Amino acid sequence: MSVELDVFVGNTTIMDKEVYQLWLNGYTVNDAVKVRIEGGVMEECEASAEVLLSDTMDQYRTFQMCERLLHHPAKLANQLLFQIPPDRQAMLIERYYAFDDSFVREVLGKKLSKGTKKDLDDVSTKTGITLKSCRRQFDNFKRVFKVVEELKGPLVENIRQHFLLPDQLARDYAAIVFFANNRFETGKKKLQYLTFQDFAFCAGQLINNWTLGAVDNMTEDMDVDLDKEFLQDLKDLKILITDKDLLDQHKSLVCTALRGKTNVFNEMEANFKNLSRGLVNIAAKLINAKDVRDFFIDLVEKFIEPCRSDKWTSIDMNLYLTHYTNSAHILDTFKHHAVWTRYMGVIKSCILKMYHD
Amino acid sequence: MPGKLKAKIVAGRHLPVMDRASDLTDAFVEVKFGNTTFKTDVYPKSLNPQWNSEWFKFEVDDEDLQDEPLQITVLDHDTYSANDAIGKVYIDIDPLLCSEAATVISGWLPIYDTIHGIRGEINVLVKVDLFNDLNRFRQSSCGVKFFCTTSIPRCYRAVMVHGFVEELVVNEDPEYQWIDRIRTPRASNEARQRLIFLMSGELQRKIGLKVLEMGGNAVVGYLQCFDLEGETGLVVRAIGTACTLEKISTLPATATHPSNSSPSKDMKEPGFGEEAPGVPLSSGPPTPLRAQTFSSFSPSKSYSRQSSSSDTELSLTPKTGMGSGGSAGKEAGPLKALLRQQTQSALEQREYPFFTLTAFPPGFLLHVGGVVSARSVKLLDRIHNPDEPETRDAWWEEIRQEIKSHAKALGCHAVVGYSESTSICEEVCILSASGTAAILSSRFMQDGSLDTEHRFEEVVPPGCGFCHIPYDELNIPFPAQLTYCYCCRRYKVPDVLFTTIDLPTEANVTGKGCLIQARLCRTKKKAQGEGNATAISNLLPFLEYELHTQLMNKLKLRGMNALFGLRIQISVGETMLLGLASATGVYLTALPSPGGIQVAGKTPSDITYEQHISNMQKKINDTISKNKELHEINPPEVVEEIIGSPIPEPRQRSRLFRSHSESSDEVSELDLSHGKKDAFVLEIDDTDAVEDIHALLTDSPTPAGFYSCNTEIMPGIQNWTSAIQMFTSVRVFRLNANLTNQGLNKIFSDLCENLLKSLYFKLRSMVPCCLCHLNFTVAIPEDELIQVAVTAVAMSFDKEQSLENGKQSGEKTLIKAITENDEQLQFNLELNAETSSPNPLSSPKGLSEVGSHPSARDRCSSWIEQLKLKAHTIRRGSVKTTSSLEKASPLPEGRSRSLRSNRSYSGSSVAVVKMTPLSFIPGAKIIKYLGIINMFFIRETTSLREEGGVSGFLHTFIAEVFAMVRAHVAALGGNAVVSYSMKECVFMENPNKNQAQCLINVSGDAVIFIQESELESTSVQTQSATTHTSNGGEGT
Repeated sequence: MSVELDVFVGNTTIMDKEVYQLWLNGYTVNDAVKVRIEGGVMEECEASAEVLLSDTMDQYRTFQMCERLLHHPAKLANQLLFQIPPDRQAMLIERYYAFDDSFVREVLGKKLSKGTKKDLDDVSTKTGITLKSCRRQFDNFKRVFKVVEELKGPLVENIRQHFLLPDQLARDYAAIVFFANNRFETGKKKLQYLTFQDFAFCAGQLINNWTLGAVDNMTEDMDVDLDKEFLQDLKDLKILITDKDLLDQHKSLVCTALRGKTNVFNEMEANFKNLSRGLVNIAAKLINAKDVRDFFIDLVEKFIEPCRSDKWTSIDMNLYLTHYTNSAHILDTFKHHAVWTRYMGVIKSCILKMYHD
Repeated sequence: MPGKLKAKIVAGRHLPVMDRASDLTDAFVEVKFGNTTFKTDVYPKSLNPQWNSEWFKFEVDDEDLQDEPLQITVLDHDTYSANDAIGKVYIDIDPLLCSEAATVISGWLPIYDTIHGIRGEINVLVKVDLFNDLNRFRQSSCGVKFFCTTSIPRCYRAVMVHGFVEELVVNEDPEYQWIDRIRTPRASNEARQRLIFLMSGELQRKIGLKVLEMGGNAVVGYLQCFDLEGETGLVVRAIGTACTLEKISTLPATATHPSNSSPSKDMKEPGFGEEAPGVPLSSGPPTPLRAQTFSSFSPSKSYSRQSSSSDTELSLTPKTGMGSGGSAGKEAGPLKALLRQQTQSALEQREYPFFTLTAFPPGFLLHVGGVVSARSVKLLDRIHNPDEPETRDAWWEEIRQEIKSHAKALGCHAVVGYSESTSICEEVCILSASGTAAILSSRFMQDGSLDTEHRFEEVVPPGCGFCHIPYDELNIPFPAQLTYCYCCRRYKVPDVLFTTIDLPTEANVTGKGCLIQARLCRTKKKAQGEGNATAISNLLPFLEYELHTQLMNKLKLRGMNALFGLRIQISVGETMLLGLASATGVYLTALPSPGGIQVAGKTPSDITYEQHISNMQKKINDTISKNKELHEINPPEVVEEIIGSPIPEPRQRSRLFRSHSESSDEVSELDLSHGKKDAFVLEIDDTDAVEDIHALLTDSPTPAGFYSCNTEIMPGIQNWTSAIQMFTSVRVFRLNANLTNQGLNKIFSDLCENLLKSLYFKLRSMVPCCLCHLNFTVAIPEDELIQVAVTAVAMSFDKEQSLENGKQSGEKTLIKAITENDEQLQFNLELNAETSSPNPLSSPKGLSEVGSHPSARDRCSSWIEQLKLKAHTIRRGSVKTTSSLEKASPLPEGRSRSLRSNRSYSGSSVAVVKMTPLSFIPGAKIIKYLGIINMFFIRETTSLREEGGVSGFLHTFIAEVFAMVRAHVAALGGNAVVSYSMKECVFMENPNKNQAQCLINVSGDAVIFIQESELESTSVQTQSATTHTSNGGEGT
């Protein structure tokens, strides 16, 4: 004796937010029922476990049928099969494309390839997120990547329009796409302390200032590839460390400005040349794709770590970077003001964002 | 050449990938009507083709326009091999043929394939130019309006109700023509779909002709069904009520006549306005017409009309007494047909005084006698000319005659709330018909309209008139227990009333109602042919008897005294019979309070046994009082009938005059009243009774905040919000072999109960809400499978029942005024009952001997008092009505909610289409009926597992059917379907072969409604409502 078939179809598709989340989290029907029972919905509505099971299965089936549409969110609005009020549609899309920070940290900057997908079970074990959910999140990244890859125009705007995502989520996806495209290394131990939001912020800075899109806004890949010309120009900054006079001059200007304004002045003075070399070297190497990948690890190793060991505060950091950037403009023999501003603007905000425990 | 059909193919979207190599499709479209086909160009390499075709024009007879659907086939062009079909769209042209319905079909329609389901959408434009045809000999009946709604549609007024119309057409089932060859699923399914579309069209046309002949212009309560007989054929039959309707023109002209009306429409308009009444009623219709009506569907067959041979009928026993139908049924076909048509057109002596309506204009329904039903078991393989409709016509003839004679026996001249159904298993077919015997006012039968103002000058006291017995007290055809009406104290009423109609709006009801179901399973031996039919025939009376016992007990248990919307479904399978009776129980103020239920044991020697019984008795009593509280039943009576006092036991028979053609005289002998036992005593000596009691007590009450009924509205709830949710739920249960009757009963009952529980859980967010029009259908798809399908609507309401609030709810203003009126009346009566001395009259015993009663004086005074009160409330009620008609003031709560829902929907590019099985939409006014929606789909799969198993398959299919209904309604310019029903859901599976097939038939009325709150800006709203879909269409 068994229920062979059990369906419920409403003219307006009924979707329970709670069950949707359980489905998205990759729970099996039975696990979802358990969670719901623990949640106390049974007592609330005088239902039995049987009723709950039937409802959960039904909802799961509905979600599975909708999943196809969620892959192309624009279709959800003009499909005829399910009558879903727009606010519900927005909820469905937003939650479907939402991701776990702990998951994204694992794949950020990795190639969104089959190989990476195969390793998802390790990610699942490590993060405690179900494999099913990992796959969904990974596939979302990949899908967004594929679609925007071939589109012209601003990255965030493209993502928002094609996937009908809220602004913040669209920005996060832009970061993921940007990282995946440039294959930034984010997995090293030294970078573990950084959150996805740190990286997303940096990605936003890079996209807005260092890509082609920052200068020309109608080319392909404008927001995902760094501006090659700019990277080439960065090599010219080397003069700041190779020219000894310039380096000394720069140091004295910064030191004059900072004297008495910070508790770590001595350490700063002692370390100035090292730090400056670090930053300028990073700039000079960015023309090589391999070194682009190491951008964040370089920032941490060459700059953040020394400062941290000297116990700089964020205020010290801000002060130092401001004067370091501005002083270069006063140097008489230094001609590359535009490139310097473009470079240091991003570096400064990235470092400030990344400078925490 | 009376019509020109024009179609334009605009574009497609979301097409499937047909060419794997390019991941694209080279789509083109074939547009076919009758035998003419047009093609669009191939739009290469696109999933969103823009054909923008010319107008394809078909010049056709209006007869064809009515019969044929427009067929649109989308194909993928293939240079080297045959073109692949992507899918089809069938468009019913009928709504375009009626001047008052839709003018254009325009919008995105799903492209449907019977194997793959919906595969993208196509944007089409369809128009009809109809030339006026005054030819009286014509075969078409364009312009006759059809409504599924079983009451007078909301924006119409009944000038005349002409009566019963029926028709039946037969054809070979294409599914059974593949026997010798290999069946190709797609071809077979499509042939079947097309055939049923054609047959439905033909049926509608023929019924339309009958309506014109009777002088009507519309069919209300149109109920079309199809019987898949199998090898003997495919039957499509329909019944309805012919009416002359008149549009109520209280709305601004813009609302009724959209500005974009085509010139052809203007031509049509006068045509039907004038023409319909012009058709003479008395001068018989010309003969060619009649011949056509009864000719077979396939003209190639020579039609031999040698009557319905009697050996196909199992009903051999001559009927006695009321069985006058026997002789009529045996008349020769054509003669009978002729006779029938003539009698039908003659209003005075109509053959079938039947009405498929379940709700009536005020003053139409005078008295209700009780439920009348008839069943008959037939063998399909005994039909001599399976391709001819005669035999089936004769079968139904017989049953209708029986119903008629039952009604007569109840002293009634009419049957209302009439419906017919069948259940087929292999070669056995059970035909059933049921209705409510009634006496109707002659006002709507004669020419001469009724003014709206007259409604409240009704002589019959509102609220109790229909309860008064129509039959002669001294000459009752069954033992009944009569009392004086508890409202007016003037006329006799029965103790219990069963009906198949909706609760009359003017009825006085105490408290709220609830859904009551009786469920029963009976095993039977596997048998063949006549033996099988006899076995079924023998089982039927017992099945019905037990169903009624259950109903009666459950009614008592809820402290109620009347059932409305009673629907008894009997389904036959190889090894069992299923019976499901659903109704809405209410407490009619006019009827006596029901007695309790007493449990009695036969051997009172044992003390523990006695205790057991008294425990059970206590439980029952507790349940009754709990139920009374739950449903707010506080009857005005003070003296409650003492439980267990001996009362003559007339119950089932009295309300339910049922029979069964096979054994109709057996039935009259069959004592349905347990001999001389007490009416409400349940003997628990036999296991059956124990089971009964358990069944009674296991029905779990509806959870807090929920109400349920199977009628249109729930008495006691008025302030609906605009939040509605229509749904269909289907369950199939697999049984183990070798179950006892008890075991089966339990399983079946649990299945229904659990289904209800699931529904309550699903819809918990709508609380407080009422599940209205809960329509259960049961089937036995194969051995050991039970299928239950439910379609209903959940409607939220505001808890605050303040009278101030109840005032507006616009389109229902009238009803509201009446019900409101009732409420006041009820209140007054309660007061009255309290103030007047405890009335011993409420004891049924006292009522049987009125004259000798000592407190007759008291009764008289209270009666007069009541009359005064009533007069007062009536006056008040009518005043209120006029004021609320003048201005629909917005309801605060309801409005805020509707506004919210509106806002949230406005962003969608797909027009929202509401669906409801009810005839109205709460908080909204229906401003236009666009025509009937009657769709039939088949879906089949050979990859069941991949589609998510049986549940996944059916879930998708039902969702697809909803989507197609919505799309077609939107294309007609509508925003809702009312009176929606899923009349057929035939599901077959073969999991071993990974296959399944399902057939679904749905129908309803496409309408345009506007929210009450938006009524002020009517004209603007209408405009936007009509243009809404085209907007939606463009918003790709």
